[in-house]
Amino acid sequence: MGDFALLSFMIFAPALGALLLLWVRKITASNATSIEEESRVAFLVGLVVSAATFVLSIIALAYFQPGVEGFQLVEDVSWFGGTLNEAGEVVGGIRYKMGVDGMSILLVLLTTFLTPLCFLASWGSVKHRVTEYVAAFLFLETLMLGVFCSLDLMLFYVFFEAGLIPMFIIIGIWGGAERVYASFKFFLYTLLGSLFMLLAVIAMYLQAGTSDIVELQTVIPQIFAVEDGKFGVQHLLWLAFFASFAVKLPMWPVHTWLPDAHVQAPTAGSVILAGVLLKMGGYGFLRFSLPMFPEASVYFQPMVFAMSVIAIVYASLVAFRQTDMKKLIAYSSVAHMGFVTLGIFSFTEIGIQGAIFQMISHGVISGALFLIVGVIYDRMHTREIKFYGGLVTKMPVYAAIFMLFTMANVGLPGTSGFVGEILTMAGSFQASTWAATGAALGVIFSAVYMLTLYRQTVFGVMTNEKLEGIKDINRTEAIVFAPLIIATIVLGVFPAIIFDITELSVAPIMAAVSGLIG
Amino acid sequence: MNWDEIFAAATPELYLAFAGLVAVVLGAVLRERFATVSIKAGALILLGACALSLFNIEGGVAFNGLWETDRFTNLAKAVCYFCAGVALLIAEPYLVKERLIRYEYALLVIFASLGMGITLSANDLMTLYLGIETLSLSSYVLAAFNRDSQRSSEAGLKYFVLGALASGLILYGASLVYGFSGSTNYDAIAQAEFGIGLVFGLVLLITGLAFKVSAAPLHVWTPDVYEGAPTPVVAFFASAPKLASMVVFATILFEAFGNAIDQWQDVILIISGASMLIGAFGALRQTNLKRLFAYSSIGNMGYALIALAAGEEIGGPALLVYMVIYALSQLGIFGVLLSMRRRGGMVEDISELSGLSSTMPWLAVCMTALVFSVAGIPPLGGFFGKLVVFQAGVEAGLWPIVIIGVIASVVSLGYYLRIIMIMWGGDKLAPFENMSGTVGITVSAATILAFPVFTVVIGWMMSLAGGSFSLG
Repeated sequence: MGDFALLSFMIFAPALGALLLLWVRKITASNATSIEEESRVAFLVGLVVSAATFVLSIIALAYFQPGVEGFQLVEDVSWFGGTLNEAGEVVGGIRYKMGVDGMSILLVLLTTFLTPLCFLASWGSVKHRVTEYVAAFLFLETLMLGVFCSLDLMLFYVFFEAGLIPMFIIIGIWGGAERVYASFKFFLYTLLGSLFMLLAVIAMYLQAGTSDIVELQTVIPQIFAVEDGKFGVQHLLWLAFFASFAVKLPMWPVHTWLPDAHVQAPTAGSVILAGVLLKMGGYGFLRFSLPMFPEASVYFQPMVFAMSVIAIVYASLVAFRQTDMKKLIAYSSVAHMGFVTLGIFSFTEIGIQGAIFQMISHGVISGALFLIVGVIYDRMHTREIKFYGGLVTKMPVYAAIFMLFTMANVGLPGTSGFVGEILTMAGSFQASTWAATGAALGVIFSAVYMLTLYRQTVFGVMTNEKLEGIKDINRTEAIVFAPLIIATIVLGVFPAIIFDITELSVAPIMAAVSGLIG
Repeated sequence: MNWDEIFAAATPELYLAFAGLVAVVLGAVLRERFATVSIKAGALILLGACALSLFNIEGGVAFNGLWETDRFTNLAKAVCYFCAGVALLIAEPYLVKERLIRYEYALLVIFASLGMGITLSANDLMTLYLGIETLSLSSYVLAAFNRDSQRSSEAGLKYFVLGALASGLILYGASLVYGFSGSTNYDAIAQAEFGIGLVFGLVLLITGLAFKVSAAPLHVWTPDVYEGAPTPVVAFFASAPKLASMVVFATILFEAFGNAIDQWQDVILIISGASMLIGAFGALRQTNLKRLFAYSSIGNMGYALIALAAGEEIGGPALLVYMVIYALSQLGIFGVLLSMRRRGGMVEDISELSGLSSTMPWLAVCMTALVFSVAGIPPLGGFFGKLVVFQAGVEAGLWPIVIIGVIASVVSLGYYLRIIMIMWGGDKLAPFENMSGTVGITVSAATILAFPVFTVVIGWMMSLAGGSFSLG
């Protein structure tokens, strides 16, 4: 690829698109165009830009060599701080460094894959301030891509926290009735967590003199070495990072912002929230917590296991009692992210591979489920489960798609949900039988609440008169679901395509922790 | 008298004093005819002083050690003069519309800036006091500039009475320090043996200076003066004098009492923590934007004080970087407040911003960026200010205050987010009257500076400010 900054180009393409859009808006505003025309232009621009970004990420994938260890497509420029060496180059300091490995390129793909679908899905359902809506999503995409590609800790932090701004605006403006409360809760929860991480980042930067992630992964375990398994600085740093990632993931008991945010967010907002933003937590654990604080990670393993199992079981039970469809799926997300942490902290290769797989798979499945809820919400403007019933008679195609994703969420073999769950459970079984047992219980519960939801909304007799006129999914919606269906089934049948890519990026993580488990 | 020395060290102030006096004469002779051009002339004079400070950035010592400038103070001075000049420019449309256009306004700002220059250059308690009084007396009059308004007069009087008390405290502290150290010169004070008498002097000095930077518990005047004083005056107060006072605060503690850091560090830490918390919680229930930003400034002074408490080598450059970012973004924010004008009058309530994003999208985007910047959210400039301050605190091992800072940051987001939500989510109100060109340019420029453009400059500023700061 030479010196061409492919990753930077891909990362900032959506932001440039957003600026372009705001500029176009300024021109058209003077021509007094109608709202319909404005929204069509906005969505078209959004769709084209995000599709182009997807193509760029595919090109990045093509240049990515799964057989090569370490980070690829690296760009490295000094940003600020650091000292000059004899050759006149800046060493250390905070750098603008981008690069991908197997794990991050997959999350990049997930992001660029979901964003165009979001625009398609909101076409028609979002009717006011469309230009701003599209621009906010494009900015958000840039920030999400930046998070996954950053190879500098400070740069990572900037992208990580900056992502709060567009999401806050998306929930706060285009959300439901309680949107202001939900957006504040989302912002303040995540901010508190990430500010503690910032302090840890500063402490690490001061000690190591660099915030280069690759260098930190080797020097941090030495600088903050743990003596005789005693509680030390490394543990505090681990806790600071944990505070941020646990809120983001979210783990029990700091998950309470998630149901509120999901219920109030517009459909596309929920898709991005569940599909990509939650994955930043899991990504953070794998990129920072395990390689940089291996002893502390092992030390806190029982706590994480306990929290994960509680999340899986508790969230599943809570999901069962929900009357709002989106809230149910939100709690189901909490439960499924419990599998991710379980897999990561099993410190086994199979568990970590499974966790990455589960993140990708959950991104697709939960995104699809929120879109499914969005379809009937757009028609009836309610998400109450009781309101619906017997949809299969009027919406057979919809019922079939819903069935597929219900099964995928439950973890039926042949869908991607199955692979993620079985691998993370297998990994955690090696680490703790009890945790695996608890997780298995969660799988059963997930079948209970998902099938109940499906039965109550799709099957049965249509008693509600208002549903008489409901129409099956239209062509746009079909186009949205098609790639999601393909992804779910392909990943379920050929999971190896993921493992081939992630294999070499899991190896260094395993090397950091494997020596420490007895 | 060694004129070379004096010109090396004090050119900007000499020029400013001379230009100010010429302007006084011009004003007295030409009266109304001068009033109309006074603002632009004043801004030009101040920008000239800014250029002079940057041109002669190395500085020097003059007047037998009463006066000392270096890169650190010259950088602070340049930013102060720049902010004062811009604050003057954005005041003009307001003054014209409110029929307050009098040549004294520009003169007062020039002399206040001269006071800032003197305090920043001070290497002696006498010079310091001279500068503080020049700054303060001009400020009192500025606060009461709208003399037909009861609120403005009240604000001026309040500011005067409380400010005079603070000046008295500084003077008393200075006399105690003189009595126990035998000198008023910073370098000589630093050499003197540190005893109980000096502690008393030091505490009184800190108290007086804490008042000037509006740090808790001496912050109470701030919301009242911000609310009562004319908005362009507040734009001036919030930027340049805050920066100058904070840097002076740092200079005197670092230069004169640098060896006694264990004596004053705890005091600064307590002031800092209290300011951050009072700033964060106090603003939560404010509905007047000027009062709200008064509390916000109290909180922000608390963050700057973390850098101060970290000591000279670690905290000095961080303090300057933080304050510069802060001062510039304040100009932007008050530029937005200055453009809030409906039916011939200023509006100041937070609810007046409702629906700004649909009526005046660009203004809303600017305000959003500026507010997030002051709140310290990346990728905006304010984040990098907070970053260097927290970094200084962590490096000095001041963990408790840094954690208080984190908590205060989250709490303060409560009101910053409210402003943003009202602008973007509220019902549409009638648009504000057209804002003038200078205000628009200032707001836009401050916004662009708030974006990561600023990070390019940070490294340069850090090295510039850090390279010259050494223990006396």
